[in-house]
Amino acid sequence: MSSAAQRRGYALWTASLAVYAFLYLPLAVVIAYSFNDSRLNAEWVGFTWHWYRVLLHDDDMIAAAGNSLFIALVSTFLSTVLGTMAGLAMHRYGMKVLGVLVLTPVAMPEILLGVSLLLFFLQVLNLTLGLVSIILAHITFSIGFVAVVVRARLASMDESMFEAARDLGATPWQTFRYVTFPLILPAVVAGALMAFTLSIDDFVITFFTAGVGVQTLPLRIYSMIKIAVTPEVNAISSLMILLTMTMILLASRFAPDALRGKL
Amino acid sequence: MNRAGSNLLSRERLVKWLVSGPPFAFLALFFVVPFTIMVLASFRYPGEFGGLAPILSTDPQVLHGLTTETYRFFVSDTIYAEIFLKSIVIALLTSLICLVMAHPLALLMARSPKKRRDLMVLLVILPFASNFLIRVYAWMILLGPQAALNKLVNSALALAGVAQVHLLFSPFAVLVALVYVHLPFMILPLYTNLETHDPMLLDAAQDLGANAWQRFWRVTFPLSLPGIFSGAVLVFIPVLGIFAIPEILGGTGDMLVGNLIKDQFLATRDWPFGSTLSIILIIVVLLITWLTSRLGVGRRYV
Repeated sequence: MSSAAQRRGYALWTASLAVYAFLYLPLAVVIAYSFNDSRLNAEWVGFTWHWYRVLLHDDDMIAAAGNSLFIALVSTFLSTVLGTMAGLAMHRYGMKVLGVLVLTPVAMPEILLGVSLLLFFLQVLNLTLGLVSIILAHITFSIGFVAVVVRARLASMDESMFEAARDLGATPWQTFRYVTFPLILPAVVAGALMAFTLSIDDFVITFFTAGVGVQTLPLRIYSMIKIAVTPEVNAISSLMILLTMTMILLASRFAPDALRGKL
Repeated sequence: MNRAGSNLLSRERLVKWLVSGPPFAFLALFFVVPFTIMVLASFRYPGEFGGLAPILSTDPQVLHGLTTETYRFFVSDTIYAEIFLKSIVIALLTSLICLVMAHPLALLMARSPKKRRDLMVLLVILPFASNFLIRVYAWMILLGPQAALNKLVNSALALAGVAQVHLLFSPFAVLVALVYVHLPFMILPLYTNLETHDPMLLDAAQDLGANAWQRFWRVTFPLSLPGIFSGAVLVFIPVLGIFAIPEILGGTGDMLVGNLIKDQFLATRDWPFGSTLSIILIIVVLLITWLTSRLGVGRRYV
């Protein structure tokens, strides 16, 4: 290899490492300051668990975390069921309209889904905003992610397996239960993990559909950032960074294809 | 057709509806209907205490019916068009900065051995998966008045004899966070595109006497345009709707379309105007998506 090519290689590596540093440095700073024994996010004073103890005794934060978890579990279950059905329908029957319907909520700026649902819940359903409205909103944007992963999995499989099951006299339900479902299970799990992560993370759509009574973790973090920043925000942020990173690593084990370049 | 055959056919149709019906119904109810309501709402009068005025009313004192009032209001003051324009410029700028940062990394990823490639992709996704607010909040610390970066910039400015600046609560802070939050949207499609390039093309270009610079600009870059366009759309569209970043990191003058819409629904409670702004935003998004897909298709055969 010529030295010019080598120099170009180094330049590419340097630029890439700089981008990785840009991606990780801010999160590292948040985590580091969560252990800083100071009220200010300024100088490093010393190591402490104090902010995590504060977090443990923050009843509002714990209630918000409980809400987030409840919303994520319910909306993940329902959007996984609906999304798997949508993925199957899109693959089997090539339903174009369903494909568009499933993906458009994800492809638009989030705020549009948020405000249109706000309008719909208050004006048409006359619903008091709260857990139910948040869960319905979360299902709406999660279905697409599950459907896409499930459909990709189905598309990569051999059609003759399903035909064989049918030829052997299996009913559609038996075909699904004993052939299709076990085969698409990794994609379903990956889709569910994605839906869960999206739900627990969502701020914008929750912001519009939560009303005044219910707080989720991101809403609580938002109001803390807006009103008064204390290192407690660093502590809860660090825990959430840890949680989502674990989820993504799990998802990458279950369905590496889902993460390969297309998200 | 015999009886068994037609039974099988009707059963097949039943299964089809059982499978596609529920997701269809759900999305129709919670996506199509709300959007239709919003389009309608943009043609209605605001209610007396926020919300919407009734469409039908027997009381002549009450504003009711449909109107194009809000659309006329939008064009009556250039401030709204200006905010749209400013948001579009900022979204373009964000896409451009993301592109410049993403291209070298995506190129390196695409040219790495298979095993390392997956790891590099995962390393891009991991920080991206952390909560959006946390990633924005991190820049509050990094750009704060006590932070090293702020001190460094200001001591450099002091040496140059220029007035001190605040990095936080400025358009700069907004732009940095916009790039930070959306960068992976550019890296991943670009990588997916670059991964498909045939290395033989570069060898051929080299044999024909092209230097590294020419090989990049004449071969790699034109071939990566579809990836660039899909990445640009993925960055551009969400930026147009963002309201949290200007609110957390921006100053008072850094309002974007997202802030304008949010305020109509939650602060001034003028739902018809908020709906109008949302509809205009949708039109802008559709126009830009269409334009980019035209450009992308046109360039594919370079």
